[in-house]
Amino acid sequence: MTSLPIVSDASDINALREAARRIRVEVVRTINTVRVGHMGGSLSEADILAALYFGAMQIRPDQPDWPERDRFTLSKGHASVGLYATLALRGYFPVEELLTFDQADSRLQGHPDMTRLPGLDMSTGSLGMGISAAVGMALAARLAGSPSRTFTLLGDGECQEGSVWEAAMVAARYRLNRLVAIVDHNKLQQFGWQGTGHDDRLPPEEPGELVSKWSAFGWRVLEIDGHDMTQIADALASATSQADDRPVAIIANTIKGKGLSFAEGQYLWHVKIPTPAEFAQAMAELGEPVDAEAAR
Amino acid sequence: MTLPMGRAMREVFGETVTALADTDPRVVMLDGDLGTSTRAEIFQRAHPERFLQMGIAEQNMLGVAAGMAASGFMPFISTFVAFAVVRPLDQIRVLIAQPKLNVKIIGSYAGLFVGAAGKTHQIVDDIAIMRAMPNMVTISPADDLETAQAIRWAAAYDGPVYIRLVRDVTQRLFDDAYAFDVAKAVVVRQGTDVTLVSTGAQTPRVVDAAEILAQAGISCHVLHVPTLKPLDVAGIVAAANKTGLVVTVEEHSIIGGLGGAVAETLGEHSPTAMKRIGLQDTFGESASNAELLDRFGLSSNRVAEQVTAFLAQRARR
Repeated sequence: MTSLPIVSDASDINALREAARRIRVEVVRTINTVRVGHMGGSLSEADILAALYFGAMQIRPDQPDWPERDRFTLSKGHASVGLYATLALRGYFPVEELLTFDQADSRLQGHPDMTRLPGLDMSTGSLGMGISAAVGMALAARLAGSPSRTFTLLGDGECQEGSVWEAAMVAARYRLNRLVAIVDHNKLQQFGWQGTGHDDRLPPEEPGELVSKWSAFGWRVLEIDGHDMTQIADALASATSQADDRPVAIIANTIKGKGLSFAEGQYLWHVKIPTPAEFAQAMAELGEPVDAEAAR
Repeated sequence: MTLPMGRAMREVFGETVTALADTDPRVVMLDGDLGTSTRAEIFQRAHPERFLQMGIAEQNMLGVAAGMAASGFMPFISTFVAFAVVRPLDQIRVLIAQPKLNVKIIGSYAGLFVGAAGKTHQIVDDIAIMRAMPNMVTISPADDLETAQAIRWAAAYDGPVYIRLVRDVTQRLFDDAYAFDVAKAVVVRQGTDVTLVSTGAQTPRVVDAAEILAQAGISCHVLHVPTLKPLDVAGIVAAANKTGLVVTVEEHSIIGGLGGAVAETLGEHSPTAMKRIGLQDTFGESASNAELLDRFGLSSNRVAEQVTAFLAQRARR
């Protein structure tokens, strides 16, 4: 088990890319082993989580309750495997513990449970809520005079929840410019609307709709390729620069199942479990030596 | 002789939380655009920087409260029960009750007295909902004095608390010597023929009913249950055993609320013949407070009638 270097310089793009690759490996390995978990969304968010936890966020994995830490809420709580892999690789808990995911007595519950796992800033799982908690954390930081910034990661399907827009309204109203909401815009949801045939699933929103909505709600909006690590790191740097008094939304265009050719853009990989052949192919595509795999 | 009027619980809410904030910097007030009605405006005058208007967006408000609590603040929620409990219920479940965060949900306008606003604003199942929510302490104070003490208790407790308050001036049950104990139901009148169990601002009306029944030669033992969860099981069983007959009375549905809680308790620990007075699986409606109490069998006269009928029915068996 190799441990990843902590990236102290967020401009070290190659280190962030390697962190994202390792997150994907652990996501696939975990889901393949325990035979449960949300694969597609955990892979689409991997680059964003790597850029946050290995780059942008001020955190202390050995002191997860450090009062002035930056906060993160996984509003799309079902993609918990991606977050757990990130936290493990970042040093919050042993990577081996990932294989307890969703098992009885595990700290890694199906959806994030802050009462069990240090390092989780909020329990989530019912959609449209993590952003509200993030608004509360940003308000709390301002009231306490803390330098803490707050990040939240939403799904694009999740933006169909009305409470997301209640939170967006209030955050803009309070000019919470230390709050950053990132939308993992992977263009698919669990089932979604049917297009030309049954397996043609329409995106949760029309093209450009997320940008115009978040802008209309008074947020500063950045649109990026959510798999281009340079763009992600640059966007996070801009988002935390307090360029003006608006909260910042990063619309990250991503691909559900990113990194696994057979899963990319396939709505069924929202919660699909790989076959042995698919697992071997996944590890090969992620550049993880198969021999090392067999030796584990 | 009936119990005197006290002060409105909502006034006490505004004043008490303001006083708590004077000495506790963690206290913040989140308002769902009803601060003039809930009297959270009192708090805003004293602590404007810690009064956070959340607008007409209650789901987000409860989520923001969870986030602030996770960062060490103690948010108090200011809105009506209808919008504090039912509308943001999933946020309460996932963000507050499951992680046991330190949020105080103080619902104003509990029960039938909602300023003639009718059924949409009259929530008659909030006790049933909140006491079924794991980790949620549920308190229904009888009067202004108990309200102040319950709010102070909630502030000293680290975890989610729901307190339901009445909009209008209600009768005063207690005096200054009263000491609220979250774990205890309170015998407010000793008697031997039948045990009346009540909660919230209904208890004073039940005490008045007991006075009416006394004049007819019926001796009522009256138990006030301010805390619906955790429930004082021993106190309820002891009060039931005192007479062997129980009538529960609540300004709430008979399903799942106080009547349900008492029936569950006695069924398990000391089966006792009982009757549940309250809303009989129906919604509220527009009318004056006095008309509403009469219509739903909750005025002291109507309670006395129903207790009398229950005792006569039992005697014929």
